[in-house]
Amino acid sequence: MKYLLGLLAACLFSVAAMASDVAPDVLVKNVTSEVLDAVRKDKDIQNGNSRKTLELVETKILPHFNFQRMTQLALGREGRQATPDQMKVLVDEFRNLLVRTYSKALTEYRDQEIVFKPFRMAATDTDVRVRTEVKQSGGKPVQIDYYLEKANPGWKVYDIEVAGVSLVTNYRSSFTQEIQKGGIDGLIRSLQAKNKSGASSPAK
Amino acid sequence: MTIGKVQLMKSQKNASRFKETLLVLTLSALLSGCATSGNPKDPIEGFNRAMFAFNEGLDTVLIKPVAQGYDAVLPAPVRTGVTNFFGNIADLFIGVNNLLQGKPDQAFSDLGRVVINSTIGILGLFDVATEAGLEKHEEDFGQTFGRWGAGDGAYVVIPVFGPRTVRDTVGLVLDVATDPVANVSDVPTRNSLTALRLIDTRADLLPADKVIEEAALDKYAYVRDGYLQRRRNLIHDGNPPRELD
Repeated sequence: MKYLLGLLAACLFSVAAMASDVAPDVLVKNVTSEVLDAVRKDKDIQNGNSRKTLELVETKILPHFNFQRMTQLALGREGRQATPDQMKVLVDEFRNLLVRTYSKALTEYRDQEIVFKPFRMAATDTDVRVRTEVKQSGGKPVQIDYYLEKANPGWKVYDIEVAGVSLVTNYRSSFTQEIQKGGIDGLIRSLQAKNKSGASSPAK
Repeated sequence: MTIGKVQLMKSQKNASRFKETLLVLTLSALLSGCATSGNPKDPIEGFNRAMFAFNEGLDTVLIKPVAQGYDAVLPAPVRTGVTNFFGNIADLFIGVNNLLQGKPDQAFSDLGRVVINSTIGILGLFDVATEAGLEKHEEDFGQTFGRWGAGDGAYVVIPVFGPRTVRDTVGLVLDVATDPVANVSDVPTRNSLTALRLIDTRADLLPADKVIEEAALDKYAYVRDGYLQRRRNLIHDGNPPRELD
């Protein structure tokens, strides 16, 4: 009996370990194909149903992102003056901005072929880049790179580069500019206004 | 007065009005030149913002509406054919630039693309070469200079052409000088081809408009920083050294 319990515990443990030890490239591959499958199957999402799209993004994609790190990366040096409370608001607003912007773009890529470039990492690596390419007819493939960090358990994405442009650090100079003009609170106000204006405009 | 004369006068009047507008813009840009946010990559931000606004205006009233019409009227395969046709013409000097950058294998592949697409691909209308495994590249003289070690120089927004750096502006002059379309001797044909290419390029960028509008707090800064990151990536062929936080 003791032996059996031990075996069971070992099994459970290895299952848990497996879930958290998914290699970063496998993680990106799984999430990408899962999300694209869902988009291809769902007529509502294809027709621009934003509630369903958002639901898919919230459940399948967002858990794999580290928005705290993303916000700090976007803020750069100026972010150090933010209090923990201000930081919390900034993370929320920045997260909303990114989600709002890119969940709409999600449906555009559904028919394209995504190629994963060869991935190598050492067992001790805690910060990696997973490189992919979206093939498009009549043009150079679009490079999409995911930057992930070890998060215990698993890996979290903290930056995405599309065609070499970071969706995160591309905000740095605008953020710096806002902070120099109106402080951290000024930046928060701008982000809130931006998110509100997008939410109230009729969906096209 | 002949019709020709009236048209001539009209166009002269338009030209002088255009010059006036440019002058006013330049002056206001120079005056607001002190209103920069001190970004070291963008020392003439005041001027650039004025030019950016000018380009945005031109796009809103003229280029974008035409591109939208073009996009709505022509079926997707035709639009792809047009994009492929101009892409094939561009591949020639993409190959030359790859050669200048010391990448003969890529240059050879670009030349192969031109040969295959111009023949089997019927004058470049079909991109058969990509299907055959010869990937399209993106090179220009600005990138070649970058590869040779030339720095970016200041960021500049050029009328109609848009974002550049000083280095890429010099590159642009050579790109235009070697552009097969710009060298067509028959003026009406040259103009029609240039206009068609501009509209086709703009139409391809229509989906990106929405994303930029949604994403940017300050569209000018967002486009500028995106351009600078993109060029850095291109010069290093998709593998630039990671910048420190």
